[in-house]
Amino acid sequence: MTTETVKKQRWKLNLRDRFQDLPLPARITAMAVFVVLLYLLPTKAFYENLGFPIPMGSGYLPFYTTGSDMAGVLFQCGYYILLALGLNVVLGYAGLLDLGFFGFFAVGAYTVALLTSPESKLITEYNWFESPWPWLVTVPIAIALAMLSGVLLGWPTLRLRGDYLAIVTLGFAEIIRIVAKNQDWILNGDRGIPSVGHPPGTYSNGEAIFELDFAPYYWLVLTVIIVVIFLIRNLANSRVGRAWVAIREDEDAAELMGVPTFKFKLWAFAIGAAIGGLSGSLWAGQANFVNSATFSLENSILVLAAVLLGGAGSIGGAILGGFLVIYLPEWLRSVGDVFGWPTQVTVGGIHIDVSPTSLRFVIFGALLIVVMIYRPQGLWPNRRRAAELKDRQKEVAPVE
Amino acid sequence: MNFDDLIQGFPDLTTTGLAQGSIYALVALGYTLVYGVLRLINFAHSEVFMYGTFAALWTWGLMGYDSNSARPDLGTALLLIVVSLVVASLFSGGVAMVVEAVAYRPLRKRNAPPLVFLISAIGASFVLAELMGAFTERRQQGIPGLLPTEPLFSAGGWTVYPLQLMTFVVALAVMFGLDWFVSKTRFGRGIRAVAQDADTAALMGVNKGRVIGLVFLLGGLLAGVAAVFYSMKQGNTRFNVGFLIGLKAFSAAVLGGIGNLRGALVGGLLLGLVEAYGAALFGSNWTNVIAFVVLLVLLMFRPTGLLGESLGRARA
Repeated sequence: MTTETVKKQRWKLNLRDRFQDLPLPARITAMAVFVVLLYLLPTKAFYENLGFPIPMGSGYLPFYTTGSDMAGVLFQCGYYILLALGLNVVLGYAGLLDLGFFGFFAVGAYTVALLTSPESKLITEYNWFESPWPWLVTVPIAIALAMLSGVLLGWPTLRLRGDYLAIVTLGFAEIIRIVAKNQDWILNGDRGIPSVGHPPGTYSNGEAIFELDFAPYYWLVLTVIIVVIFLIRNLANSRVGRAWVAIREDEDAAELMGVPTFKFKLWAFAIGAAIGGLSGSLWAGQANFVNSATFSLENSILVLAAVLLGGAGSIGGAILGGFLVIYLPEWLRSVGDVFGWPTQVTVGGIHIDVSPTSLRFVIFGALLIVVMIYRPQGLWPNRRRAAELKDRQKEVAPVE
Repeated sequence: MNFDDLIQGFPDLTTTGLAQGSIYALVALGYTLVYGVLRLINFAHSEVFMYGTFAALWTWGLMGYDSNSARPDLGTALLLIVVSLVVASLFSGGVAMVVEAVAYRPLRKRNAPPLVFLISAIGASFVLAELMGAFTERRQQGIPGLLPTEPLFSAGGWTVYPLQLMTFVVALAVMFGLDWFVSKTRFGRGIRAVAQDADTAALMGVNKGRVIGLVFLLGGLLAGVAAVFYSMKQGNTRFNVGFLIGLKAFSAAVLGGIGNLRGALVGGLLLGLVEAYGAALFGSNWTNVIAFVVLLVLLMFRPTGLLGESLGRARA
């Protein structure tokens, strides 16, 4: 019995090693096939056949979200994955707790909206320029502005530690949201900015690619994610990445060893913010309409949950987490019929809606707790962090 | 900038600010107590508060008062408030202890790092808020008007309403009670000991698990008191009211120095005043921005808050 468990554990541990041990061509082929599958994912004929039979209810558990448009859900997953990758740099690598990460998303989205909408006040009232800019040109500007706001926020606040940094960043995101909501001079308050530009490109018959259909947006965001993954991977394995790990593990020790901690923390903030801004500009390219309602604090918290659910400091983890926080609640919306789940129960004359749609965040929240209890390193952990956590678990004093 | 409003309304704004600040301070104490002992932002505390508002609503409902009832006479109103204070605090305290037992205790046993606690807290917060959302069909529910709406007294442009006075007085009384409890009693000594150094305290015979449970219970009780006054002031409640109050109260706790009981009081009242004055000066839309800007500026000059972190160091 014991040997069996040991064997099982060893096998589990080796899953990643086994993949690493494959010859390079095999690894590249496997990754390529996986990526092709990802590109195929929003195709109806493909996703409808994903799933597996179960011995209950309607007998078949589909992978896709029957309650909502699959490509739309995938696109939403896409920009959340980008956000998670950005926050992963700040939180997972440099260990800075940023609770207001969605603020940078807002900066990116508003920049794109202001520059590409013909109804933007920059054109109609202030005459800064004659006609709206193309979407593609505004993306680098959005990234740059998000980065700048990251530096501006980081400069005074990165001297604070831990929980104080958390509340300051939380405040920052809330200030951006309220400013966007209340002021009328540029951002148009709650009425928002309509007719935001879309990414360029037409099919051969002259129809625009980026219109109402979600699939092209998903392909775009997927491509961007792949590029960003390569950039972050290289960064994490470079001198900068090592500096971040040193800061995360012990800031004072890092400083003593000659790591300019403030500079690298600021870099982490700026890079994370840039990715957040990029995500915002992609979202704005699809959304058509930008107002403050999108930028509520709950979203920042969802991104944070994504990073830690997946495993802080791990790119795979950020991707898995970003996917799960959007996909899971949407999917739960649709699985009710499969299991024959009741939609309503009556307790003492009060009707309670217990459909998965209504309870999806209850299930998601409970899942967060369970994962944190049994797998605190996250679902797809960073090795170093997982090892750190294991050490901590051994240190626990049996005092209770 | 509207200085006229600020100057003319100054006395009234001060009373409004102090009443609102008392509510913030009561909730902030919950954050501060838990943070002082566990170094943990108890994200689910805002939901503990929200459950308090519903407990109050249901208590009044069971006693025959809903949002359509006529205003009761003063004696009945006081009785209703006292009963709801007891029920709401116990209910909130119970919820807080359940959160501790389900979401935090297993993590403590595994010596998890603070971030893991934070995510678990966020999970608990989702579960609590959405359960209440499902139970109440996500509808806003009206709170019966209880206290008379005529001013208690009014002199030279200064009016005080019964609810404001009651909120302030009860909140102060509760906070002094808590201060006494933490600095003078045996349990309080346990709390301070665990806050200073949990492992050493355990070696000295302090039951760490019980102290932590007690801290959550205390935080919940205070949140329940705050919830009763908040619902009476607001006139309604909803499954998501906790979020904003929680955010403000946490800011208040940080403002005064998180982990410091008197800091939470000072921070809460200060935040209430700043919001009231700021709203008069810049318009009520900007209330939250002003609150956060003040917090950011203050943290830049006093990175550990006004009074500093010191639950452990608070001596009798």
